[in-house]
Formats: sequence, structure tokens, C-alpha cells
Amino acid sequence: MNKKTWISLMSLLCLGFGLLAGCSKKEEAQPAAAPEAAAPAAPAATPIDPATVANVSGTVKLDGAAPKAAKIDMSQDAACKGANSAETIVADGGNLANVFVYVKDGLGTRTFDVPTTAVTIDQQGCKYHPHVLGVMTGQNIDIKNDDQTTHNIHPTPQSNREWNESQPPNAAPIEKNFAREEIMLPVKCNQHPWMRMYINVVKSPFYAVTGPDGKYELKGLPPGTYTIAFVQEKLGEQTQQVTLAAKDSKTVDQNFKQ
Amino acid sequence: MPYNRAHHRFAVFTASATFCLLIAGALVTSNDAGLSVPDWPTSFGSIYKIPRMVGGVRFEHTHRMIAEFVGLLTIILAIWTWRVDKRRWIKALAVGALGTVVAQGVLGGLTVLFYLPPAISSAHAALAQTFFCIAVVIAVFTGRRWVEEVPEVELDSRRPSLITLTLLSIFVLYVQLILGAMFRHHGMSWWPHVVNALVVALVLTWTAVRALAVYAKIEAVRRPAIALIGLLITQLCLGFMAFLTRVAWGHDAVQPELPMVMSTVAHVAVGALLLATAVVLAIQVWRHVPVSFAERVPEGEGSPVAA
Repeated sequence: MNKKTWISLMSLLCLGFGLLAGCSKKEEAQPAAAPEAAAPAAPAATPIDPATVANVSGTVKLDGAAPKAAKIDMSQDAACKGANSAETIVADGGNLANVFVYVKDGLGTRTFDVPTTAVTIDQQGCKYHPHVLGVMTGQNIDIKNDDQTTHNIHPTPQSNREWNESQPPNAAPIEKNFAREEIMLPVKCNQHPWMRMYINVVKSPFYAVTGPDGKYELKGLPPGTYTIAFVQEKLGEQTQQVTLAAKDSKTVDQNFKQ
Repeated sequence: MPYNRAHHRFAVFTASATFCLLIAGALVTSNDAGLSVPDWPTSFGSIYKIPRMVGGVRFEHTHRMIAEFVGLLTIILAIWTWRVDKRRWIKALAVGALGTVVAQGVLGGLTVLFYLPPAISSAHAALAQTFFCIAVVIAVFTGRRWVEEVPEVELDSRRPSLITLTLLSIFVLYVQLILGAMFRHHGMSWWPHVVNALVVALVLTWTAVRALAVYAKIEAVRRPAIALIGLLITQLCLGFMAFLTRVAWGHDAVQPELPMVMSTVAHVAVGALLLATAVVLAIQVWRHVPVSFAERVPEGEGSPVAA
């Protein structure tokens, strides 16, 4: 190359680096993102006579031996020191945890007040707590990061808006909500690919997630005939019908097969 | 035009850096790290600050840094070619390379901003290998053999002609690239890619066998033809490994596992080499084994016409 060419190239390089330096911003903790724009005012909740309400409870079981939990390799981030077993199927003594139980059908056109208190998702030990969450449409979710590493929270919904935001250590909680019903909405962290959880967004307050003992309880249902759905992230959905009279308290157990 | 050794070596370096970039990009996809840096063109709000390189960030940000470096190399290569090369068509090719790398960067950004839609991610994957092929052919066109040697020419009278076969090879490989990218980016099932692999194997074998059986004495044809058949066999083995580790064994994995990452990344890398080799073979066949003029031009059109 001749001298002119070298001068041209060097000038171009200097200009490029100058532009890069000028355009850069300070890396800083991103401010807590605003939740989705508030939906139009919801109609008033349909009144329920507290004297007639019924309850449904039960235990969700897994037939046969529970599969051995897969091991997670967290070595790619030294700040990750969580329990290194996957939560795809968690069954202790046949009791199946992390099953989302909700009233799928039978509530008709009833409407319900959205709770004003937020539910919390905590990122701790590079895992989501809880692994399965239930929330009402429009209800706020506070997402916290208790780890000394940056996470990103990336829900991949079918009918809600997708988003992907990073959250550095010690950042303010991210507050979000989902406008539409959606069951087993996956949430993942692309920085730590083993991190995965599911959010279940429903219109009624009649939902529960089974604990380690496989138990659930749906309280305060008005009398009627309902379809109760049991949803597990890998084993899929099963349903049962139940008819509740005033002040009934029924037991509805469910078994999943692998 | 005299051979410019420094210019040629720079073109080879650019093509090699592009190959590294392809591998870095494949690592991003295989490690499901495409959205680990959620913003673009900045990374966590900064253009030049290097974030903490852990988890998916180390793959995504490394890919971005190598991409910036290749972009810079391409700018230099385009300016250098424009200044030193007298051939207008190669100047146009260098500028085309620059346009391609810019478009590729924009596609990479769009796929982040739109959360990896299969169409955009697949276009990003396909354009990556297109750019690699452009970088490789610039390296070939600036090489001593291309610039200084008088080509050994042998007319091709067989049907289909070898140039037709090489172009067909490029076409089926490109289709295979798009099908593979669509599967990899969750836009399509795996079976179209596997079915087309049989077509690719057939067409490439036909092309390489023809080239080696008839024109083996022309070194510029023989070498890419041998490479084509060797890479094809390697690629079929890697494809089988990628199928086993990802589709058969890895579909329930809680995180990307090393055998899956290694086999899929190697499959992408050898796929890129295979496509580039087919392009080089086509160029060398076009140069050394042309179809005779009488056969290219319909009867009557080849003779001079009085004004």
C-alpha cells in the first residue's frame, strides 16, 4: 500500500474508534421496568355469597418410580451455587410437586377482583423460586435477583407480549404483569440456560400449585359444576369434573403416569 | 495486473477470521445464548465495555466482538481492493462483501431485538455463509495462481456439463443450509434437512466423481473436487452425530450438553467449508473447463452479422 492509502485507513480507524467512544454509555443497573400498560378498567367482581362457598382439596400423585433428577452443571458461572438438580419432575414418595391446579371451566361469565398485592419470583442460587407460579391476569409480579451475577428474565409466551430484560446483582425488582390467560408460560434465563420456570396466568383466584407433599386446596368456590385441570410441565394436562353444593368440601385426587 | 502478496494475504486472513466468526455464531446458537445480551447495538448499555464473561454472555459477546473485527477487516479489504486492484469486477465484489457484512450485522441485531424469530435467525445463518464464500473467493481471485498463471483449458462436451453440476451442487447445498438453519432456529422439523442430505450427497458425489474422473489432471479442479468429497463424508458423519446428540438423546436435556454443542458446531463449520469448496470448484471449472462456445451460443448467433 502506498502512503496515501495508509493515511486514509488510519484516519478511518481513528474516526471509527472516536465514534464508538462517543456513543458509549456507562454500564449501570437497569431501572426497574414498568409493568405492562394497565388494561381498561375491569368490570366489578361478581359477588359470591360467603355463606355458601365450597372447597376442593386433594393430592396429586405420580404412578411408579420417580425419574432421577437430571444434574445441572453450573460451572460456567462461579457465582452460581444453587442446588444442582433439575426440577422437571419432582416426586417424593409418589407425591407430585409443582403441578398447577386450577378451575378450567364452570365459572361462566363471573369476574374477579385482581389482587393488589404482587407475587414474587426470586432468582437465588441461579434457580427460580418458585419453579411454578400462579397469578391472575393483571396482577403484578415482582422479580428479584438475590444472586451476585446478572440474570436475564425472558418469558416466551404464546398469547402475551414477549420481553427479555437483564437484572444485575442488587438491582431493584422488575415489576411485570400479563394481560391474557396462559398456562405453563415458560420463563428462562439465556445467561444460565438451565434456569427455567413456568408462570400460569388465569382469570380467577381458584388456583394452586402442589407442594412437595403433592397437596393442593381451592377455597371459596361458589356452588356449581367445575372442570378442575391439573397441569405438569412435562406430563401435560389432566382434568376432572366435580359438582359442589353449598358448603361442600370435596376431595379430588389426581394421578399422573409417566 | 501484478500479484499483490500483502493484499492476497490480507484477503486470506479476512476469510479465516470469518470462519472463526462462523464458529463463534454457531456456539451462540448451540448454547442457547442468543438473547443473553438483551440489547443491540449496545451490550448491556455500552458499545465498548466488556461485560462479565460468564454463562451465555461469553458466547454472545465474543461473537459480537469477532463480528466487529471482521467488519473492520472487510472495510479495510474493500478500500485496499479498490485502491490496488485494477479489475473492476473484483472491486465490485469487495464492495459487495462490505454491503453483505453490514446487512449481516443488521440481521444479527434484528434477531436479538425481535427475540430470535426463526426467519430472521435463519437469514442471519445463511447470509453468514454467503459472506464466508465471498471472502473465500476474494482470496482465490487475489491469489498468485489466479493472477499470474495462464489457465490450462479443456472444453467440456459432456452433458450435463461440469459447470452445471457444480452450480447444482451450490444450489442444493444452499437449500440444505436454509433447511438446517430453520431446524436449528425452531422454524421447521428436522426431517426436510435429513431428506435433503440424501439429495446433497448424491449431487455432490456426482459432481466430484465427474471432476476427478475426467479432469483430474487439472490441479485447480482436482484439489477442490477431492476436498469436496472428503468434506461431504465428514459432514454426513457430523450430521449423524448432531442428530443423535440433539434430536435422539438431547431433546429433554435441562441445558445444552457438550456432545451436542461440539457436534452441532462442527456440523455448521464443516457445512460452511463444504459450501465454500463447492463455490471454489465452480469458479475453477468455469475457468478451466468451459463449455465450448459453439454449444453455449445457439446456432447462427455466433457468426458475425452485417450492420
